[in-house]
Order: sequence, then structure tokens, then C-alpha cells
Amino acid sequence: MAEPFSMLTSRPMPLIRDNVDTDQIIPSREMKSTGKTGLADGLFAGWRYTAIGSRDPDPNFVLNDPFYADSQIILAGANFGCGSSREHAVWALAEYGFRAVIAPSFAPIFAGNCIRNGILPAVLEADAIAIIEEVDCPATIDLAAQKISIGEDQSWSFPIDDEAKAMLLEGLDAIDLSLKMIEDIAAWQTADRAKRPWIYLGANQ
Amino acid sequence: MTRKWGLFLPEPSTLFDKLWDSHVVAALPGNRALVAIDRVFLHERTGASALNSLAEAGRAVVDPARVFAVTDHIVDTRPGRTDQTLMPGGQAFITETRAAAKAAGITLFDVNDSDQGIVHVISPELGIVLPGCTLVAPDSHTCTQGAFGALAWGIGSSEAEHAMATGTLRLNKPKSMRVCFAGSLPKGVTPKDMIMTLIASHGAAGGKGHALEFAGDAVRALDMEGRMTLCNMATEFSAMSGFIAPDRKTFKYLTGRRYVPKGAEWDQAVESWEKLISDVDATFDAEIKIDASAVTPTVSWGTSPEHSVGIGGTVPETADERPLEYMALQKGQSLKGTPIDAAFIGSCTNSRLSDLRRASALLKGKKIADHVQAICVPGSSRVKREAEAEGIDAIFRDAGFEWRESGCSMCFYAGGESFQSGARVISTTNRNFESRQGPGVKTHIASPETVVASALAGAIADVRELL
Ligand code: SF4
Repeated sequence: MAEPFSMLTSRPMPLIRDNVDTDQIIPSREMKSTGKTGLADGLFAGWRYTAIGSRDPDPNFVLNDPFYADSQIILAGANFGCGSSREHAVWALAEYGFRAVIAPSFAPIFAGNCIRNGILPAVLEADAIAIIEEVDCPATIDLAAQKISIGEDQSWSFPIDDEAKAMLLEGLDAIDLSLKMIEDIAAWQTADRAKRPWIYLGANQ
Repeated sequence: MTRKWGLFLPEPSTLFDKLWDSHVVAALPGNRALVAIDRVFLHERTGASALNSLAEAGRAVVDPARVFAVTDHIVDTRPGRTDQTLMPGGQAFITETRAAAKAAGITLFDVNDSDQGIVHVISPELGIVLPGCTLVAPDSHTCTQGAFGALAWGIGSSEAEHAMATGTLRLNKPKSMRVCFAGSLPKGVTPKDMIMTLIASHGAAGGKGHALEFAGDAVRALDMEGRMTLCNMATEFSAMSGFIAPDRKTFKYLTGRRYVPKGAEWDQAVESWEKLISDVDATFDAEIKIDASAVTPTVSWGTSPEHSVGIGGTVPETADERPLEYMALQKGQSLKGTPIDAAFIGSCTNSRLSDLRRASALLKGKKIADHVQAICVPGSSRVKREAEAEGIDAIFRDAGFEWRESGCSMCFYAGGESFQSGARVISTTNRNFESRQGPGVKTHIASPETVVASALAGAIADVRELL
């Protein structure tokens, strides 16, 4: 179960590049175990360290900038999280401490993985993102109100579908939600089995 | 219902509507639905974590007979392989997936199983994917299997857990799109060139939010393996999935395969599969038309599949600096003639028997350029056996290629073996992202024919000059 997400105030870390793919978020070589943990060190490894396989921080990469050390929000470019469907990218972000990514658009699989792991993928127009980057001060995300604000008088609303919102707000697990409908599922399968018996392997295999 | 000529006719629907509607268990708020999932396919890279995480939460796989797993992603592809991998810690992925599959009671096609191979190659070979089914795998190229008229797509690990625990997924219904390839393909031009042309002309996000049906004469004319190549890269177009209406070629391909229905059930199945077509008047949210006869052999120049041009083309003047710098290319430079260091034939895009046959026909009796490291990795153990029975392995070896065991191999760098850092590789794979095939490796994606022509020339070449 993910930690519920309601209000978050944090200085957004700017990583304004389009098409940041999951290989860049966590290179395949950094996925060293079968579990969901131990991935934070590999987050953005290709950019964050001076050489492949090294652990010397590259001071030019924003993740190593002490100014953003406590940042829980990433300000990103378009199509963030494209590429492979691997959920490790999201696990690495979560383990590192990020709770939200703000981008003009997300790869859909990645956005779904975010929701399931308690990370908010918030879509904002690129010019709003540019303003937040420019102002460079803490931003507040109010998920219930679907609002991101900086300072007293600048705010933007962002879209999110109801179910994703509910899951984030309550830290709900999608499997529990669906298991509540187990009777509907069973009834559907009984009817379907009569129409498409070949789908149900095992019985006649 | 629409009123037409005084009669009430059912609303014409798209193939996608039919696939979707036949799997909706219940509507959910908004544009969402609880959708039945007929097949789940896991692989060793994420299989153990999904199965273990499910078990830790005290949940069972509801119908293990409909869940499969394979070792393909990090398994070694050098001859005489064991559970050992070049990737540090890779062995644990294999042994833990094995243990987790056993505990969950699901079928695993293990390292040296005669049915082992890349998930999207073996699922059709075994008849696990069927027309009209929903199939998911924690792998973005699951759309490959849409070639059979199935709705097949890649999911995250948590969704894999959800599918295994409930037999369903909670989904937003995507929009529908049809891409029509009219006319016929010229000689030397392949389904890989078709899909790369689509992505180059409409952008890597062109199919975003859409379920994509491939149609048109040039698509109908493709054999099943070519259709798989086409559907494989629907994900590079950002589509939810890509699929093709099943037809006699589809049914013929599936006949007699292990998990397909038998006897009277087969006839009943084919009868229902024949209805899986978009109705004549069905409307799509988006439509794209491409003239297949104008498609040429296509090669990527940059670090996104949309960075691709016809072999006679040049790096666009509008190209961004970053991919150019990474790929060490200049604006306006022609791709043809660019020297390469390595050539790779393999991956779920282009590693099936017909790919290897076409490649070997071009290679026969020739030698690749001295400075080129060339590797061929059959997509499955079955493809490898069948190719060897035809002497295809000998042609590859004699020409200077390495011939491997099946698996994903150097399609992606998992921390083990890779091409030399900085090497320029012409590859039949589907992704040319930075460091996809190893740190600093410059990948140019292309068809098997173009890879062979380039390996022979030692530089990116136009296969049509060999024909
Ligand atoms: S061959 Fe490559 S693209 Fe295909 S499933 Fe394996 S790693 Fe993924």
C-alpha cells in the first residue's frame, strides 16, 4: 500500500528535457536485484555519476545540486517516462524520495505506474512549468483541489481522473478495489466460458 | 442503433470496439472499465518480483493455467549457457523466477527448454496468443502479438499483479486509430520500414492514447511474421497497442499449435474469430493513410525511433543537437556510407525464421566487412532449430556472424555483455535510445536486409543495390 498523498510543499527540481525515458530514469544495469528496493542509487545513474558504473557524483547534474537536496517534486519535459514499461523507474523515484512529477505530458504506462506507487503525475502546460522553474521557490501541490501554487497568487489546476485521485488520496491498492467486484468477475467468466471455452486453459489442456 | 433505410441496424463498430466490448466486466466511473484479461505472460526480469510481491501480500494467482513465464531478457545467449549471466546478479533473476513460478503453479519456459525464446516470439509459436483475446505482459513490446487480432499490450509490474490476482485490469478506454498502408511494398522494403516510416512521419508520440489497427492491402499481404514486426513497434509510436484483423493466414499459422483449441472447439473459435473485423462504416477517432509503394528502406539517425529517414536521405537540418552529438553525426550528412562497427540481427522485432531466411539469402556465399562484429540471435529455440535444419546458421557463420542461443541478448544492455562503448551498430531491434545496447553505443535501427547489406559493406548501405 502506498503512502496517501494529499498536500505537498517542496522546491521542485528542474529536469526540463523532453522524452526522458525509463532507461534514463534507471538504467537497466542498475536493476541489480529482483526486488523493488535498492534502486535509489541507480536513479538517473547515467547523468548523475561521472562515469558508467562509478559513484562519483557529477556536480553538473541537478540531482547533485545541494539546493535541491530535499526536493520531492520533479519539474520535467514532455513525454516523461517513455520507453520500457518497467516499473523500476517509479520505484527508484519513490525510494529516492520523489512524490510528484510535473510535466506537460507523460507516457501512459509510466503515469499508471506512478499512481500505483503513490507518486502524483501532474500535467501542466509547458509555460506554467517554465514559470515555476523561473521562480524557483517551493511549490505546493493540493491534490484534493487539483491545484499547484507558488507564492500567494500564482496557481494552476491540473487534470487527474477520479479513480487515480482517490487511489492517491487514500493510498488505496487497486487490487483491493477490484477484489470487491469478485462476484461480477466470476459471473462474467461463467458467461464467457460458454462463448469462448478455449480461453480457459487447464480444464481441457 | 442507427436508423438506416427504415431499418434498425447495429452501429458499425471497429475491431477495437469488438475486442474491448467483449472483455468489459463492468463499467467504472469516467471512461474506465474493469476489463477481463485472458492471458498473462511474465519474463524473468520482473516475473519474480511480481509473483513474490503478490505472495507477500497473501494473494494467489487466480487462474495459473492462463499465466506463463519465460527466461529471455537476461538469460545468456552464448553457446552452452547455464543460469550464469554476464550481468552481475543476473542469475538470481532466473533462479527466483523459477522458484516463484513453481510456487504459483504457472508454466515456465526455462533456460534450456525447447520452447524457450523471446516472449513475443514464443507466445504465437505456442498458440498462447489467440485472436480476440486480451493478453498482457510486463513488457512494452507485447503489442507484437496484436498481429493475431488480439488486444495485447505492455503493463507495469503492479498491473501484472492485479491481472494475476483478479483476472482483470482497470483501464481507461483508449481512442481508436487506423493506419492504412495502401498499395504494395517495393522490393527490398519490409514491414520494419513501414513502421519506421509511420513513426518518422507522424512522430514517436503520434499514436498516443490510441489503440491502433493496421489495415490496407500492404498489411493484408504480409505473412504473420511480417505482421508481428509491424505491430511490434506500435509502442514506439506510443500507441496503447497495435493489431491486425485476423484472417486465413492467421488461422493457418495457429493451426495445431499447442495451446490452441482442438476439434469442434477450433471450428467454433474460427467462426467467432472471423467476425473480428472493423465494420465497413465504422469510424475511427483518427486515421492515417500511407502509400506503401513509396516506402523505402529506412534507417534511424538519432536516439528516438522518430529520428529516421529513408536510406537515400540525410540527417535533417532541423535535428536537435543532443542526438546528433550522441550519434556523432552532422546535419545534412547522408546516412548511406556511414561506417559501422557492428551489426545485430535479433530481438522481438526481427528474429523470426522468415527474417533469418531473408537475411541469409542475401549473405549466402559472402563475407561481411573485416572490421564489423556481427551477431545473430534467433528469437526462440524453435527458430534456432528450424534455421539450423535449413543450414541458415552455417550461412551466417561462414559470412562472419556469430550464431547464438535465443533470447533478448544485445537488444538491450542489462549490465552484462554489450557492444564496445562508442561503437556504431546497425541493428534490427526497435529502440535506438542512448546506451540501449551498451554504454555509449550508437544504435541505428533498420530491417534485417539493411543490416545484412551494411554488414557486408562495412557501412550503412542500401539493400536494393544487392537485389
Ligand atoms: S527483444 Fe528487446 S525489445 Fe524485445 S522483449 Fe526483449 S528486450 Fe524487449
